[in-house]
Amino acid sequence: MKVLTLARVATDSIRKNTMRTLLTMLGIVIGVAAVIVMVAIGQGATTRIQEQVKALGTNMLVITAGASTAGGVNQGAGTFNRLTIADAEKLQREATLVSAVSPVIFTRSQVIGGEGNWRTEINGVAANYSTIRDWVTQYGAFFTDDDVRASRKVALLGHTVAEGLFPGSDPTGQQVQIRNVPFTVVGVLAKKGQTANGTDQDDVVLVPYTTAQNRLSGFSFIGQIIASALDPSQIAAAQEELRQIMHESHDLGNAADDFTVRNQTELANAATATTEVMSYLLAAIASISLVVGGIGIMNIMLVSVTERTREIGIRMAVGARGNDVQTQFLVESVVISLAGGVLGILLGVGSAAIVASTTGWSTHTSPQAIAIAVLFSAAVGVFFGFYPARKAAALHPIQALRYE
Amino acid sequence: MTQQTSHNPVIDVRHLSKVYASGANRVHALRGIDLIVSPGEMIAVMGASGSGKSTMMNILGCLDTPTSGSYLLDGVRVDGLSPNELADIRNQKLGFVFQGFNLLSRTAAVDNVELPLLYDRTGRFKDTRSLALKALAQVGLEQRADHMPNELSGGQQQRVAIARALVTQPALLLADEPTGNLDSRTSVEIMALFQSLNDKGITILLVTHEPDIARYAKRILEVRDGRLLHDIPVTDRAIASVDLQSMTREPDDDDAALDEEASDRDTLQPTVTR
Repeated sequence: MKVLTLARVATDSIRKNTMRTLLTMLGIVIGVAAVIVMVAIGQGATTRIQEQVKALGTNMLVITAGASTAGGVNQGAGTFNRLTIADAEKLQREATLVSAVSPVIFTRSQVIGGEGNWRTEINGVAANYSTIRDWVTQYGAFFTDDDVRASRKVALLGHTVAEGLFPGSDPTGQQVQIRNVPFTVVGVLAKKGQTANGTDQDDVVLVPYTTAQNRLSGFSFIGQIIASALDPSQIAAAQEELRQIMHESHDLGNAADDFTVRNQTELANAATATTEVMSYLLAAIASISLVVGGIGIMNIMLVSVTERTREIGIRMAVGARGNDVQTQFLVESVVISLAGGVLGILLGVGSAAIVASTTGWSTHTSPQAIAIAVLFSAAVGVFFGFYPARKAAALHPIQALRYE
Repeated sequence: MTQQTSHNPVIDVRHLSKVYASGANRVHALRGIDLIVSPGEMIAVMGASGSGKSTMMNILGCLDTPTSGSYLLDGVRVDGLSPNELADIRNQKLGFVFQGFNLLSRTAAVDNVELPLLYDRTGRFKDTRSLALKALAQVGLEQRADHMPNELSGGQQQRVAIARALVTQPALLLADEPTGNLDSRTSVEIMALFQSLNDKGITILLVTHEPDIARYAKRILEVRDGRLLHDIPVTDRAIASVDLQSMTREPDDDDAALDEEASDRDTLQPTVTR
């Protein structure tokens, strides 16, 4: 039989049983929609978790000065300090795989202001430290490149420090003194919590690194240079790029590096693995409903074969081969499941959008998920349509014609 | 209507037998049938139930295969063919008319008639739609082409079935109790249609248990116990169109003795008026 005729015969008989067809389709519609919504939610969750992990600084690269060895005793990382502002500037200029570079100058000092004083960590950083650490302000705003260039006496208080000095109020615009130098508070950092080993990240005051050099510590080398990789997947490449630029900057030639570039891939990998497992779990649950929908199709097709035994007999009497009948039933079930698949996609994408708007999750319907859903629903049609179709084709014309 | 069949008999059956084996029992449904049917014949097969006439019809209709014996249909050896080849033979050489009409429900008349053309593998039919309409016109139902079977009377449904049987221009038209589900007047109408088709050269073999219907044929076969008991030509063949006229006239005219065999045809008395 010609393909067109075949399609017509199959769609005709589907049209003649609209209600039954719709009910059969429902299983596939719900199955496909469930797969799409679940995958969308899974991917939305993955994105969200990745964002949160990123806030921990997974694509952050940290450069520290190399270890020095004095009289056979290794003094540990950072003791031989040769990181300079020039290094940071060179990195910012030349590195292509990182988005931002900031030097970090560490010092500890008493901060006086508001209701008392507080001993805390003073970090001299660049304005884009905010981007690298993915750290926003609760009050006020981060200081700017201008502030850094002009080495203005401005400070950002960590949450803990702000609570200690100005409990329950917005300290923006207030004055604090660090080593007798008056600083204007331009903002308070959002709470970031503890690190894994118990250090309070919020117990900190950020000032421009220029100000820190000129007014506070009095020495020009810096403790760390931090940078953030543009693309989480290219952390290793970015790391190597930074290493080469640093090597050049330190004019080392064939000598070994006197610095270390470290990344946080372990953390990132763990996060990705977690979310992957979650996505698979959701997809597996959703697949079950697709299989159930497929069994629904088989059910209906089997009933349909019995119910239409006489029709099959008539078709055979006028010259249909077993194959023709088999193909007709197979095409019917594939058409039903494909149509169900298309409806399911619409329903799924719609539901995903609703989930997104109500929960605020960024659900993401990927074209791959849709393609897989369509292929799977067609496969369901073939797989679950095959047995009933075979049964129809195996009928003997005489018995089929006599069937009441 | 039939192609190049004048030299071959339409049916040439030798020593046809069919044995159904169910467990230890062997049922001899047919015990050696010999039959030659020439083009243009109109044959009625008669016999009680269990006589083997259904088995014979099934084998002649290529729906079943004989246990032994040979069967040439329109010059083609049919015994020993595979199910697929039998399906093609049914499509190309045979037209079926059943007692229960066997139309596809919820399918327009013209679509029912077109059905056999959809399964054609020879590619000899170009415009299947117009062929179907032509076949419907042949049975006088061109006005009802788009009607569903449940919107048609029994006689009209049977005429659609006949159009379906004719549409492929088969060598042989097989009718299994074609008037069994119809009232007597409609039965005569259907027989009139068969006779007019036969006059145009179509070979017809019909099964019936009503002697009145058999009398419209040119030859009567009687089957009993799987054998052909009688094979007799009909000498006093009835003409259905003439009977029909007498039947329409009956309500107005009480003179029932128009036909020489009125006494034999109580069943055809106009007890049913349409």
